[in-house]
Amino acid sequence: MRVTLVDYDSGNLHSAEKAFQLMGRDLGAEVVVTSDPAVVLAADRIVLPGDGAFPACRAALDAVSGMAEALDEAVIRRGTPFLGICVGMQMLATTGHEYRRTAGLDWIGGEVVAIEAPDLKVPHMGWNDLVIDRPHPLLDGIATGDHAYFVHGWQFRVADPAHLLAHVDYGGPVTAVVGRDNIAGTQFHPEKSQAVGLRLIANFLNWKP
Amino acid sequence: MLKTRIIPCLDVADGRVVKGVNFVDLVDAGDPVEAARAYDAAGADEICFLDIHATHENRGTMYDLVTRTAEQCFVPLTVGGGVRSHRDVRDLLLAGADKVSFNSAAVADPDVVSDAADRFGSQCIVVAIDAKTVAPGEWQIFTHGGRKPTGIDAVEFARIVAAKGAGEILLTSMDRDGTRAGFNIPLTRAIADAVSIPVIASGGVGTLDHLVEGVTEGHASAVLAASIFHFGTFTIAEAKAHMAAAGIPMRLA
Repeated sequence: MRVTLVDYDSGNLHSAEKAFQLMGRDLGAEVVVTSDPAVVLAADRIVLPGDGAFPACRAALDAVSGMAEALDEAVIRRGTPFLGICVGMQMLATTGHEYRRTAGLDWIGGEVVAIEAPDLKVPHMGWNDLVIDRPHPLLDGIATGDHAYFVHGWQFRVADPAHLLAHVDYGGPVTAVVGRDNIAGTQFHPEKSQAVGLRLIANFLNWKP
Repeated sequence: MLKTRIIPCLDVADGRVVKGVNFVDLVDAGDPVEAARAYDAAGADEICFLDIHATHENRGTMYDLVTRTAEQCFVPLTVGGGVRSHRDVRDLLLAGADKVSFNSAAVADPDVVSDAADRFGSQCIVVAIDAKTVAPGEWQIFTHGGRKPTGIDAVEFARIVAAKGAGEILLTSMDRDGTRAGFNIPLTRAIADAVSIPVIASGGVGTLDHLVEGVTEGHASAVLAASIFHFGTFTIAEAKAHMAAAGIPMRLA
């Protein structure tokens, strides 16, 4: 199995790479960090990380020649299992509103909006306990009450509640995991969420949507 | 509900932990990677490396440490010490740090904070503020390990760096650091209440009640300590249980 982490010059790929390598070892998975659209097309699993502001991440992704087309071909047409992490998950949305209106990939309908928590600190930074909204192979072995590590000031409000797999409470519900068909995303960082995060990564590698 | 974080901090010089970590049987108590692994296993919510010499010559050693830690620890890692520009931030993020902390460079020019936050996002930019009491209810920024006064008001400076895009403030009371007399609560509260970003309280922890006070009275979002954990006075689990018993939401193992 070949697992591809899309490198578009956004954030910390090293930790994610090591976490996927660790969990993929028993599966004989080869983990590749790449900015080559051809490698993305040939992958059995695609991971899109992302740190920073939505418009900057979108621009950086578009700046990799042929990458948006390759992702569309692999994920939408061929159905390659896909996981977005943090802003990589937010970019699944129709539109982002951070700084300015920016088009997302529109693979899961919804908007990325500011966390509205007047009495709470933003960014939402640290460990929060998950509430599982609907069972999903990605969440196998992960239960309501398990903690994951978040660091973000914006959140993905999905248009269709069926696409919300888990949330946390931070001045109201904040989307934690989204998914439909072969596409999923986590607002939290599985590569930084100790056992819970590693479990989710293993589930993703074993996922047969 | 978001939990309050406990962050053990490792002072590193020339690739070695200063004073060592003695709470478990480590093969090499001076190896920061081994110490970080032990804290990861003990349930630390984040880990902090502070490069206390941070000369240009030993940067390579620090990058190597960060890389090796990120290969083995799946918990957030903050790295500070000698961070001067967005280039240093980038190098540390690429090595495997999750957050990078500015200190003197942000005092000299707060625009380094916005420069880095614009490039990498606020979520990974920490500003470490070292403050000393100069009069009751008045605190000033000191640099160079607390030796050099700047005349800058600490609360005002916290507001400035928050506005520049810092995602978090690591606040150390120079009056209390190393005393084990507890956090400087008025200072911690003044800064935590002045900014909308999380504040980590640091400097002076000697008892588990001090950790509680940092949150309940200081309004900190996270507490950082070094010696109480390194010397094995208390474990991370004991600290968490004590804080939870005091009514603070904690992530318990």
